[in-house]
Amino acid sequence: MFTKVGDGDRDLVKVIFEDKEIMAPPGQSVAAVLLAEGIRSCRETPVSGEPRGPYCMMGICFECLVVIDGEPNQQACMRTVREGMLIKRQHGVAQIGPDAKAESDPAE
Amino acid sequence: MKSHYQLAIIGAGPAGMAAAAEAAAFGAASVVFDEQPAPGGQIYRAVETPAAVDRAVFGPDYWHGSKLTKTLRDSGADYVPGATVWQVSPTREIGVTVDGSAMLLTADQVIVATGALERPFPVPGWTLPSVMTAGSAQVLLKSAALAADGAVFAGTGPLLYLVVWQYLQAGVAVKAVLDTTPRSNYFRAARHLAGALRAPQYLIKGIQLLRGINKAGVPLIRGVTDLRMLGEDAVSAVEYQRGGDWQRIEADQVFLHQGVVPNVNLSYSIGCGHTWNEAQLCWQAITDLWGESTVEGIAIAGDGAGINGALAAEHQGRIAGLGALYRIGTIGAHERDRRAAPARAGLTAERRIRPFLETLYRPVKCFRVPPHDETVVCRCEEVNVTAIRKAVAVGCVGPNQLKSFSRCGMGPCQGRLCGLTVSELIADLTDLPVSEIGYYRLRPPIKPLLLEELAELQAPAAME
Amino acid sequence: MVRTADAVVIGGGIHGCSCAVHLARRGISVVVVEKDYVARHASGVNAGGVRRLGRALPEIPLSVAAMGLWHNIGELVDDDCEFVPSAQVRVAENEDEARALEERVRLVRDAGFDHEVVIGPEELRELLPAVSPHCVGGMVVSDDGHANPYRTTMAFKRKAELLGVRILEQVCVLGIDRRQGTWRIETSADPLQTPVLINCAGAWGDHIAAMLGEPVPLRAYAPMLMITARMPFFVKPVVGAQGRTLSLKQFANGTVLIGGGVRGNAVRNTNTASLELGGLAGNARTAAQILPTMRGARIVRCWGGIEGYMPDGIPVIGPSQQEGAFHAFGFSAHGFQLGPIVGSIIADLVTTGVTEYPIGPFRIDRFDSSPQRQSNALT
Repeated sequence: MFTKVGDGDRDLVKVIFEDKEIMAPPGQSVAAVLLAEGIRSCRETPVSGEPRGPYCMMGICFECLVVIDGEPNQQACMRTVREGMLIKRQHGVAQIGPDAKAESDPAE
Repeated sequence: MKSHYQLAIIGAGPAGMAAAAEAAAFGAASVVFDEQPAPGGQIYRAVETPAAVDRAVFGPDYWHGSKLTKTLRDSGADYVPGATVWQVSPTREIGVTVDGSAMLLTADQVIVATGALERPFPVPGWTLPSVMTAGSAQVLLKSAALAADGAVFAGTGPLLYLVVWQYLQAGVAVKAVLDTTPRSNYFRAARHLAGALRAPQYLIKGIQLLRGINKAGVPLIRGVTDLRMLGEDAVSAVEYQRGGDWQRIEADQVFLHQGVVPNVNLSYSIGCGHTWNEAQLCWQAITDLWGESTVEGIAIAGDGAGINGALAAEHQGRIAGLGALYRIGTIGAHERDRRAAPARAGLTAERRIRPFLETLYRPVKCFRVPPHDETVVCRCEEVNVTAIRKAVAVGCVGPNQLKSFSRCGMGPCQGRLCGLTVSELIADLTDLPVSEIGYYRLRPPIKPLLLEELAELQAPAAME
Repeated sequence: MVRTADAVVIGGGIHGCSCAVHLARRGISVVVVEKDYVARHASGVNAGGVRRLGRALPEIPLSVAAMGLWHNIGELVDDDCEFVPSAQVRVAENEDEARALEERVRLVRDAGFDHEVVIGPEELRELLPAVSPHCVGGMVVSDDGHANPYRTTMAFKRKAELLGVRILEQVCVLGIDRRQGTWRIETSADPLQTPVLINCAGAWGDHIAAMLGEPVPLRAYAPMLMITARMPFFVKPVVGAQGRTLSLKQFANGTVLIGGGVRGNAVRNTNTASLELGGLAGNARTAAQILPTMRGARIVRCWGGIEGYMPDGIPVIGPSQQEGAFHAFGFSAHGFQLGPIVGSIIADLVTTGVTEYPIGPFRIDRFDSSPQRQSNALT
């Protein structure tokens, strides 16, 4: 379980993972924010459905794929959190197309 | 961003930043593309905006990076963060995505400075959540001030000990270090001690790290000969074999590491020639004295052309930058050679420690060529050792054929986490040298590209 | 000198391996020489389309016969080759294209074949719910399909070996000479002696033909393909377009392959197939416009295979003007489906001197005085 070893951050931004509100330090990667919340796996694989979580934290392994604001296949370690960002687990094969987006985008 | 540059540099680590500084000093129109949000590469990750952690945690080597990032910022080169370069053609047409839109541009010279990545560590259970790399532990510490209390570190290599030391400096408890360095490596490495003593700073640093780890009372378990990660939805325990016996440690976080290897995806996809480096057990781009690859106008600088470390990468970046300036016609041969001389001397000095480190931390075969049937080799497509053995048994002669047989290497990571294992595994199964087995044929895009972006791609001429 | 085999096949692609299988089944001893390794080029890396749809008229009888073999491919090579029967559809994006398809189907019917059928907008949507609203109809063959090209070629190779064929990989043909009714083939390894020589050298077929004194205007290109990450299932048939270059199919694992013959550049002497981004972007646009779902697809890999194209877009199949030599090359990016039947035709020609199929249009001497030949010689 990851914990903070430095001083607390100010000016946190609010992101939502599944249905959970998370206050996150701006400038950090989505993967770091999820790990800090104790979220260890962020997707299930399309092949066997087994759970996976961040592995390399440098954009090469594609294990930390999540759905961000309706866009699937986003590398959580390469995306920086933003106020209001909506993050979802990626279940198996990423849903794509207009339907998938409408489902997870509250603006629509 | 312009549609054409005299020099394009891919990667803003030490090599890329140093190359940019040289180029800009002579006014060459240069651009630096980097995938991360801030410069520094992995080694100096987040050095401009480090997480709120005591500076001493990272040590002075890390803070050296802030000099380089400042030089880059002041250089006058266009620095484009958050840029995914997904193709460079042999004619130096560059495809890059920034902020979700793809574009094409061209350059007279290209320097590939895409650095290194951690060697795959295929052991049973390494795909479980919360099994990560030592590099990832360091990234989280540097960029987010996050550390996992009570983690187990396993493997071998300087970075492993460095991250453990940094954890301890930050006051984070480490449950155990499972050291897979085979005892025989110590004897072999001793032969290179004389060379290493000519670069004593590295030896001293290494000794300090290990002493620090010992002093903190972290169990340092040497001579580990096998490993497996256990757990259901995430890792819950590590089992390790030592002296023939299996032991178990409960752990909810494991960091693996067995050295770093060149990140060759871009250089391979350009069509640069590569060679198998038996001392470092990896593929590396073939380069000349100025870092130029076998493809004209494409240079490789830094760890991408063989692992030499951050300071060496900086020298190589300067040398490659000067080489590119000469080829552009900005500087003459005399100026180039004169300015490169100190970098060459520095590079020679930096390389003195390598034979010692390469021998001491040469990963043992059973962690490179997984002996267990069920071990996953290709994480993306979940292809295990059994599947690869079967494919080879029915006539699969190399990594490229394996893709058709099993989809191994066909997932989004494009072989970065299985390529080396596959080359070595097929070599082992066929009893042929790895150099004859070869590597995946890599083709653009080297990172998955949204079809929409490709469809809307703007040619350079239309971008003005 | 001792005869190496009754027949020597040059080229270890699908046609070479198919020739070997069919000859061996007729009791002929065969050696295959391959300069790289089996399935290294177009045979191993093509889109895997198994289609009769939209074939050039002269190819239709062969294609129809090949389809019969494909539907029972396991009986021929002891492997299913991952052959999946499926519809192939060619989409019309406007009324002009729909009319052109009707005309085409009439032409094929007049030639005595009824596998192609015209469909209207409703049937198109039933077959292809994801199709863009602007598409007005199409042409369908309901029982075409697709297969794994590398696996298929390897299955032919293994079957050939099982039947006693010797396959020499990484052996390059350097020269051909005929003495007293026997071909002497100089190679990068030992020379070969045979009464029957078969040129299945694909994109290098013109080199072998030239050695036989039959130069042909073959051009090598690298047809380009793209494959996506796994996607939810949204398209069953293989999709092409009447007005544009496209061939798109979704595999059982969810990945989508996009091809159709957009050409990259090929350098034959270095085995280099280079991609041409403009062409790939165009192909991506076509895919996204005909199937809007594709906009969100992730391209994970693009590649090209080296293929030989003839100026008239159909292959060279049949006897050489030299006695004891035969050709089957230059399939112009649609030879994969024909593989199983071409081997049979060549085997018939070798053993009986005749074939039941009309192969006249594929004669090697058809280029002798053609304008293409002249213009090609100038470039």
